[in-house]
Amino acid sequence: METLNTILDVFFNVEIAVRVFPFLLQGLGMTLLLCAGVIPLGLAGGLALAWAASLNNRWLTAACAVYVDFFRAFPPLVLLIFLYFGLPFAGLDLPAIAAVGIGFLLNASSYYGEIFRAGIESVPKGQWEAARSTGLTRRQTMIAVILPQATRNVLPDLIGNTLEVAKLTSIASVVALGELLHTARLAQSLVYNPTPIVVAAMLYLALFWPLVRLLSRLEHRNIARR
Amino acid sequence: MDVQSRPVLELAGLHKSFGGVDVLKGVDLAVAPGELVFLIGPSGSGKSTLLRCCNRLEEPDDGAVIVDGENILSPGCDLNRVRQKIGMVFQAFNLYPHMTALGNVALALRKVQGMAKDAAEAKARAALARVGLADKAGSYPAQLSGGQQQRVAIARALALEPKIVLFDEPTSALDPELVGSVLAVMRELKIGGMTMVVVSHELAFARDAADRVVFMDGGRIVEQGTPASVFGAPREARTRDFVARLAERG
Repeated sequence: METLNTILDVFFNVEIAVRVFPFLLQGLGMTLLLCAGVIPLGLAGGLALAWAASLNNRWLTAACAVYVDFFRAFPPLVLLIFLYFGLPFAGLDLPAIAAVGIGFLLNASSYYGEIFRAGIESVPKGQWEAARSTGLTRRQTMIAVILPQATRNVLPDLIGNTLEVAKLTSIASVVALGELLHTARLAQSLVYNPTPIVVAAMLYLALFWPLVRLLSRLEHRNIARR
Repeated sequence: MDVQSRPVLELAGLHKSFGGVDVLKGVDLAVAPGELVFLIGPSGSGKSTLLRCCNRLEEPDDGAVIVDGENILSPGCDLNRVRQKIGMVFQAFNLYPHMTALGNVALALRKVQGMAKDAAEAKARAALARVGLADKAGSYPAQLSGGQQQRVAIARALALEPKIVLFDEPTSALDPELVGSVLAVMRELKIGGMTMVVVSHELAFARDAADRVVFMDGGRIVEQGTPASVFGAPREARTRDFVARLAERG
């Protein structure tokens, strides 16, 4: 009993938790804001990549493949540190938010690009032919016929990757962007107690657990449909 | 030549090869208004490729494809405009699975012809009624039988008011009991004066609906004539063999 109380006092000190909670909520708000920024950015970039790769231009397809391989191999934390702490040596002083935005655009779009490409390729060729035979342009066919089916076919992968991107926003803490992990570490150093980290972890879990649930439900449904 | 008798579709010296293999070796064919031309031939004879060259789903290597007086292979040709004049019906239906029957038929009316939603849907409903599926407008392809799906696909082609409709083995993917409903629709079209080119193995249909039967083999037209002459008294040995085998099977 005594030990349990000591553990609780250290790792979940209620008094500290209550004191830092409003501060952590601010961090959570910033995390959500970051997600709202970098996820659409990554999706748009990925879609553009997959679209470009589908144009049957040998050079464009090869360029997209190199881009995707490069940024999937490049650790995102290293990329962000390079953008924020490395580029100033070349005279390019990016604000933290810009470094995070660019880093995530490069990293997330490569993963989303692969997913969209697989989705587009999963749509039978006959769908293109039917649409083009009625006079739809390539672009109209892509938007009205191919992408809705492609997206549906890879929805679990899209959601899974979105989850990864959302979790990855915690690396923005290294460039002192005031998101959840950063505020938690700041609070921890002020109160000299790990409780803020534990509370932050609980907030992360509360945010992502429902998404994980949704994902496994979708995956089960997809397996059942096969 | 006056406009009345000008061919709706005219192929001249059509060549197409895939990876060094000649699939079409110079095909000439003219299809008159209201004519139903029935294309037969062994697999690999080039029938489907011929059909797919008529709207440039396949790019011919040489020759001319003249639709309604316009060479669609000429550089200045607006392919997406011309394609509205050339309906196409596929073996695998190729309906859009994420759209209702109505959505399938209305899509090109809205996107290509720029019709307003209401007008496009009214026209799409009329096209569905023509193929006997007025009551299925709200159904998705997965909820329809194969025969119904193929009729929706025919309605999708008809809604654009094409000058000619190309059928690429329209009944080959259907269960035998569903073939009749699709052929009945095609017969109606023929009676209504539609110009059609049909690749198919439905001999009975060819006998009573086709104006002309064209037999292809090895990338060339070997023989053509009325159904009675091609089926009843083929001149070429290759035609005789093929017709005999087809009759055995059917």
